[in-house]
Amino acid sequence: MDVRLYLAQRISAAVMLPLVILHILIILYAVSDGLNAVEILERTRGSLFWGVFYGLFVVSAAIHAAIGVRAIAREWTPATGRTLDYGAVLFGLLLLVLGARAVSAVVL
Amino acid sequence: MSQSQQHLTVSVWRGKSEGAFQDYQVPHLENQTVLDIVTWIQRYLDPTLSYRFACRVGMCGSCAMTVNGTPRWTCRTHVSKVARDGRLKIGPLSNLPVIKDLAADMTAFFEKWQRAEARFTPTKTRLDPIEQIPPSSPARLAASAAIECINCGVCYAACDTVRWNADYLGPAALNRAWTLVNDVRDGGQDVRLRAISANGGCHNCHSHQSCQVLCPQNLNPTASIAGLKRLTAAAFIRGGLK
Ligand code: SF4
Ligand code: SF4
Ligand code: FES
Repeated sequence: MDVRLYLAQRISAAVMLPLVILHILIILYAVSDGLNAVEILERTRGSLFWGVFYGLFVVSAAIHAAIGVRAIAREWTPATGRTLDYGAVLFGLLLLVLGARAVSAVVL
Repeated sequence: MSQSQQHLTVSVWRGKSEGAFQDYQVPHLENQTVLDIVTWIQRYLDPTLSYRFACRVGMCGSCAMTVNGTPRWTCRTHVSKVARDGRLKIGPLSNLPVIKDLAADMTAFFEKWQRAEARFTPTKTRLDPIEQIPPSSPARLAASAAIECINCGVCYAACDTVRWNADYLGPAALNRAWTLVNDVRDGGQDVRLRAISANGGCHNCHSHQSCQVLCPQNLNPTASIAGLKRLTAAAFIRGGLK
């Protein structure tokens, strides 16, 4: 890991922290209020706020996890150099696609 | 020094990376150090045993070995503190190739000091007046806290990140780099910051502090490395790492 990856991982963590807290509070609210799936989707569909909120979440998680997994792979597998970099980018893209699918399902 | 009747069973690594532990019976004396044990074996039982030491008083840093699984400076490690059930297991330092028996090859360790630019770059000649450094200045205090390294390699052998990542510069080289970034007389700061920000640099440290727990000089390389992380991150954001 070099200074750029280090900073990207720290910054994505800092972005995720308030998002995670809000996400958990929202779950508590939705559950305690007894909202069902239809009622939740009514609130999220077409909402720019929730689109941006969870979009940012997905982007940060993809960056953060890809760098973390790259570090683990460096230490626990024989992978080095380009293999490591491409592997991490692919893993990040996979998270991005899966996350984008989930966000689009509740927002669009 | 009074000699008790007790004996220790001491398993000593014999060979290179391929080899085996061999048992020796050694009289247990009061105030005996692990280095005394190794020396006794070489003098009285097996003159072919290879190991390294010089000062015997904790200054030169050449006597470090793995004692009962933990890296230690053997000349200042009392047997009574580390022996378990009358047994000692002594091997060469981990994370380094073995030359023979208890002598580890320190080449990679010192090469990493060079890679980290962990050497003083003078900016003055002997004709210039001596620079006054206030002992209480924050930079000097930070350097002083980390300066007394004896290059023993205990921290390097204790560091799991070194074990897992052959590129990692390791605690000792980075700790030395930290003393130098806090030295206002040094002229090599840009090169050094780049070296420790690159792949294998300070950002690989997991801060799990084995180095700090085991450093015989009670230094805290983890704290030094945390300082380097802050400094290099700030330099990168300012665009100072080009
Ligand atoms: S704190 Fe860092 S340098 Fe020290 S043992 Fe852990 S990973 Fe190695
Ligand atoms: S930092 Fe401590 S353990 Fe590491 S080489 Fe220096 S004196 Fe030895
Ligand atoms: S022999 Fe010098 S430090 Fe142990």
